Amino acid sequence: MGRTSTFLLSAAAVVLAGTMPALAAWQPQKPIEFVATAGPGGGTDNLARAVQNIITKHKLTDQPIVVVNKGGGSGAEGYVYGKASAGDPYKVIFGTSNAWQQPLVSKVAFNYTDLTPIAAMAQDEFLLWVKQDAPYKTAGDYLKAAASGEFKMGGAQSKDTDEVLTRMIEKVGKIKLTYIPFKSGAETAVQLAGGHLDSHVNNPSESLGQWRGGTQRPLCVFSPKRLPQGPKITATEGWSDVPTCVEQGLDIKQYEQPRTVWLPGKVTPEQAAFYVDLMKKVQATPEWKDYIEKTSQVDTFLTGAELEKFIKEDLEHVKQVAGEQGWLVK
Amino acid sequence: MDNLQELLHGFTIAVTAPHLALMVVGVLLGILVGVLPGLGAPNGVSLLLPLTFGMQPVSAIILLSSMYWGALFGGSVTSILFNIPGEPSSVATTFDGYPMARDGRPTTALATAFGSAAFGALVGVILITFLASWVAQAALAFGPAEYFAVYFLAFASFVGMGGAAPIKTVVALALGFAIAAIGIDTVSGSVRLTMGVDELVKGVSFVVAVMGLFGIGELLVAVEEEFHARAVSSTIDWREVFRAVGRLPRHGVALLRSAAIGCWMGITPGGPTAASFMSYGIARRFSRRGRHFGTGEVEGVISPETADHAAGTSALLPMLSLGIPGSATAAVMMGGLMIWGLNPGPMLFVDQKDFVWGLIASMYVGNIVAVVLVLLTVPVFAALMRIPFVVIAPLIVIICVVGAYSVSNSYLDVVMMLGFGIVGYLFKKLFYPLAPLVLAIVIGDKAEDAFRQSMLISKGSLGIFFANKLVTCLIVGGIALLLLPLLLQLTRLWRKPASAATDAPVQERAII
Repeated sequence: MGRTSTFLLSAAAVVLAGTMPALAAWQPQKPIEFVATAGPGGGTDNLARAVQNIITKHKLTDQPIVVVNKGGGSGAEGYVYGKASAGDPYKVIFGTSNAWQQPLVSKVAFNYTDLTPIAAMAQDEFLLWVKQDAPYKTAGDYLKAAASGEFKMGGAQSKDTDEVLTRMIEKVGKIKLTYIPFKSGAETAVQLAGGHLDSHVNNPSESLGQWRGGTQRPLCVFSPKRLPQGPKITATEGWSDVPTCVEQGLDIKQYEQPRTVWLPGKVTPEQAAFYVDLMKKVQATPEWKDYIEKTSQVDTFLTGAELEKFIKEDLEHVKQVAGEQGWLVK
Repeated sequence: MDNLQELLHGFTIAVTAPHLALMVVGVLLGILVGVLPGLGAPNGVSLLLPLTFGMQPVSAIILLSSMYWGALFGGSVTSILFNIPGEPSSVATTFDGYPMARDGRPTTALATAFGSAAFGALVGVILITFLASWVAQAALAFGPAEYFAVYFLAFASFVGMGGAAPIKTVVALALGFAIAAIGIDTVSGSVRLTMGVDELVKGVSFVVAVMGLFGIGELLVAVEEEFHARAVSSTIDWREVFRAVGRLPRHGVALLRSAAIGCWMGITPGGPTAASFMSYGIARRFSRRGRHFGTGEVEGVISPETADHAAGTSALLPMLSLGIPGSATAAVMMGGLMIWGLNPGPMLFVDQKDFVWGLIASMYVGNIVAVVLVLLTVPVFAALMRIPFVVIAPLIVIICVVGAYSVSNSYLDVVMMLGFGIVGYLFKKLFYPLAPLVLAIVIGDKAEDAFRQSMLISKGSLGIFFANKLVTCLIVGGIALLLLPLLLQLTRLWRKPASAATDAPVQERAII
């Protein structure tokens, strides 16, 4: 009797052990909320919805996922919400480098250290765009013409990635630009098409339709090497035909915007690991490749120490630019 | 007539059994999200968006745009019946729609609203059909200075003509601007007026403000006035639906004028909200019965509704041809286009003819489907007015609380909504007009951004507002509208100073 029960017990233990890894690893027990730190329709919102769609389609978790938009205050609303949800592993925050850049330049009630970084998925590139019929063919020509000091550069939001890059161009190119902030990159693109601006630094997807339609064209890309070969955008050119800015004498080697994923602060390492793993699975699907290609982003995946390092470096860099401009609030 | 041929081809795509079924589903869902305040068209469309990823782009956009039409119609229902606008663009409908319903004519009010809305939408689609390429070019002419001029015109058409004392209008406007300034400022990037409340960084949501100001505010007034004493005894009369629609042509001038304002604001892109306010304001000034506006005038319902839908429809054009969304819902749809692999922009009309013309054809069919469905529901909605006040009042409170909470799942919004309710009550008791307050909350920050962007471009010179013909015309038009009532008043005072006294009672009732 005693023997049998011992046997049964040990058998049960073996069976349990077999399923152990799955049980020990944290699994969500209720619906998950994806918080997009942008309004409906923007790049961050698109990412959150694409990830939701992929997870649901491939049944990567049993729990339903809902996407909510908290884009108020240039995304601060979503991050503050994340901060207030400390310890809650059912809130996943989708954002950009805003998470660490915004607290530097405005008095928002959060810092990126209040959140648990999960991953940086997909990098958006920046390009220098001018109106189609502008006389300058290269970034060099542009810099020469801009030396007159009358150039208007448009961008999304104030003291954000677009303006930081604008100030970098000013410094490197030794020119002065008037920066005009708009609500979004799409709005900026239309303003350039209408001739109300001289240039902007939109992401590829923000000006793709405008390039094809022949209202504006990219001069150069702020990337160490040219963008990967893809389908032609206009009759003759594709992304890979755009020269790098360094090639053209505008010495800014690299400037890009990561799409970031966060959990609230004070979650357990197991909970964070679950989401890192989930995002990795998402990235391996064909739908993800499709999303990356259609939105003209660059596929990357940074997590753990690599992500920390990336954030630190970017932070130092932005701090320097913000310091020079007198934007720092703390 | 290339466009006509394309359109006919579009109809062969849009009028198929599966697409018609999608339209009906979309419209019904749209009416549902439109009627439930706080949900609204943008949220409804974003909820549906993931379902469309596997669909053909043209089927997907038909489903989503049908939902948009449904929501636009549905949004008017709560505005008229309960004084709770579900969308910013249906605020102006409450001014006369609600008094009509309250006085026992809910069927007439709803049918009139739907009929004129359908007319506005139709004019919008016809405009898109024939002027697509021209319109796309016209919109490009709008830089920050022109935007500001358009907003200025919208303010000017509304300000200075209400029944309230001008100083009260200015106070209401100033309060509205202050509320619109809360949160992050686009131009400087800094946080403003959060008064130490971290959550206020997101700004004050329009829905929260209007549900309090209109829904709760009206309720408080009604409770005080023992509203239930004059309970509404509306009989459900099918014939009244058709009679109301049949009477619409009598207001042909108002219809055409409002449709023109709507189309123009949709394209420019001042958007449906500015369009409906402006149309109401102008109707009030030019209608023979302008003095009775605010007490349940039919033209006071026709004007904002027609303009709202004309603008809502023509706002899709800048989205398709320029990639600039004219409204929040259009922004969501644009996100959808990107995910379906289409790039909104000038090339869409060349590369994706089937998609574009299928969509335009579906706008004709979808709006017809929508208006038939909503007209069928009028008696059902009108019947809601027969529910006694003691039952409906708590329901309104629940709707407002749930609606405010669901905007961004925040208790602070509920508290603010109730606060706005008290403000709305005080405004009514003290004869302060609510319309300028709401207008400033909704387009105040946009006007501010446009003004400051213009100042950055011109390096501080006001000359930018007279730099070209377009912007000069807009600004001069705005100034003329501002000064007109002042001049009229002066001449009237000069002629017979005594008449002002007899006007007073009507005016006090008509303050909105």
